[in-house]
Amino acid sequence: MTALLDIDRLRGGYGRVQVLRGVSMTIDAGEIVAVLGANGAGKSTLNNTVSGLYPAFGGAVRFEGRDITRARGTDIVAAGLIQVPEGRRVFPNLSVLENLELGSYRRGRTRRTQSLERVFTVFPRLRERTAQRAGTLSGGEQQMLAIGRGLMAEPRLLILDEPSLGLSPLLVEEVFALIGQLNREGLSILLVEQNVGQSLEIAHRAYVMENGAIAFHGTPAELLGNSDLKRAYLGI
Amino acid sequence: MLDPAILLASALNGLTTGAVYALIALGLTLIYGVLHIINFAHGAALMVALYGVYFLHRGPGLDPYLSLPVMVPAMFVAGYALQRLVIGRASHGKDENVLLVTLGIAIVLENLALFLFKSDTQTIDTPYTFSTVSILGAMISVPKVVAFGGALVVAALLLLLIRRTDLGRAIRAIAKERQGARLVGIDVEHVFAMSFGIGLACLGAAACFLLPTYYVNPQVGNGFVLIAFTIVVLGGMGSFAGALAGGLLIGVVESLGGLWLGESLGQIGIFLIFIAVLLFRPQGLFGARA
Ligand SMILES: Nc1ncnc2c1ncn2[C@@H]1O[C@H](COP(=O)(O)OP(=O)(O)OP(=O)(O)O)[C@@H](O)[C@H]1O
Ligand SMILES: [Mg+2]
Repeated sequence: MTALLDIDRLRGGYGRVQVLRGVSMTIDAGEIVAVLGANGAGKSTLNNTVSGLYPAFGGAVRFEGRDITRARGTDIVAAGLIQVPEGRRVFPNLSVLENLELGSYRRGRTRRTQSLERVFTVFPRLRERTAQRAGTLSGGEQQMLAIGRGLMAEPRLLILDEPSLGLSPLLVEEVFALIGQLNREGLSILLVEQNVGQSLEIAHRAYVMENGAIAFHGTPAELLGNSDLKRAYLGI
Repeated sequence: MLDPAILLASALNGLTTGAVYALIALGLTLIYGVLHIINFAHGAALMVALYGVYFLHRGPGLDPYLSLPVMVPAMFVAGYALQRLVIGRASHGKDENVLLVTLGIAIVLENLALFLFKSDTQTIDTPYTFSTVSILGAMISVPKVVAFGGALVVAALLLLLIRRTDLGRAIRAIAKERQGARLVGIDVEHVFAMSFGIGLACLGAAACFLLPTYYVNPQVGNGFVLIAFTIVVLGGMGSFAGALAGGLLIGVVESLGGLWLGESLGQIGIFLIFIAVLLFRPQGLFGARA
């Protein structure tokens, strides 16, 4: 069986600055894979290179067997590889409803009404605020909107970049529960997180990144059973 | 004091001019909202559109209003290509560069027009150039009424496009959050070019409405750009409703100002309003919406 996402010795960065120094990673359909690592390890750079926002320097990315290493970002979205970025990046000047509608700009447009209904079922709070401008939502609501916008594209793989950033502990619980629930409904998820404990609770496998390369990969149990790893990379 | 009938006629006249100003300003504010630059080539593009209408009339004898289905798409395509092939490429993604590139385009177009057409002022004659219609007892020129109605229809269509279509949502999304836009699969360069194309298409329509009562020469755009810029600031940079309301207001102010102070001083009123807005409400009448 080919992996859903197959990242093979990927190199990338910004202009002349190389950040990713040969990252290899696979995600199978139905999995939650956690990517952990310190600030500046290159996690977001990995996401953005895979999403086609920045060109890869070398290596390969295959999605559902198709080479997307040099594909345009628009085509990657069309293929169903959807990223909910770090810092949410919702459209502050648009209403909640318009933000969600734009989620299906490139993909899933014909089923927009059904997808909206699904997102509102998952996030009832968004339904109460359809007309509110996204910029005036609370941080937690913006995160829900960002995830909802991602779901509108009917993702085949959802990349979540630090979805719990800046949320209160209660809301963090809620977001992680939601990620688990989406996964049980069949969604494959690449989860980038600083919240090591909770990520490892829901993830099937995990990668630890350091300095633009993979320092470890294995199951949560393996990671948690290795005290050196825990001390060196996870600070627990 | 002035005769109220004259005041009314002057105000109505101002409204008709104001609607065309609004159309020009809508294009400017659209481009500003998305690309974050004042398009210095806006006046030159209007001049080109006016020459287009002029030559379609002089050559094939096309009525200016029948030029609409030619000029609007032609200006759209020109704007799209200009952004995609020239401005986008030359600016290397820096907004400051875009500004200079549009300035360069303005200079090139104006000098090209001077070279080709000399600095002569041209007008066209239509059967309705001098016909008038009575509105509330005031005699208003028929082509001006047509311009008023036409400009409002085009403005309404534009607002509908901006508010109700995915392209419009994408245009507004890109104005504030380009990275987020890329992540939902919006082709940012395409939408930039669409915005520029639509902005110039507004000028194509404005030119068709203007020429029956106006003139064209290589510098004709400059006065309009100054007024349109005032309207954009007055209405709130990037605000579409603001540009529409601001255009109508400026048209009336200019017309009434001309009545009291004479043609040449009439525009003083515009700039007094401009300064007052900057002093007391710098975000414009409709705030910084976009
Ligand atoms: N747009 C950019 N231009 C240049 N360098 C960048 C850019 N974005 C990130 N970097 C650099 O790339 C390196 C990796 O950053 P990245 O954002 O991928 O880290 P991260 O693992 O996501 O960190 P965090 O946990 O803080 O989000 C850092 O040294 C950062 O300074
Ligand atoms: Mg990051």
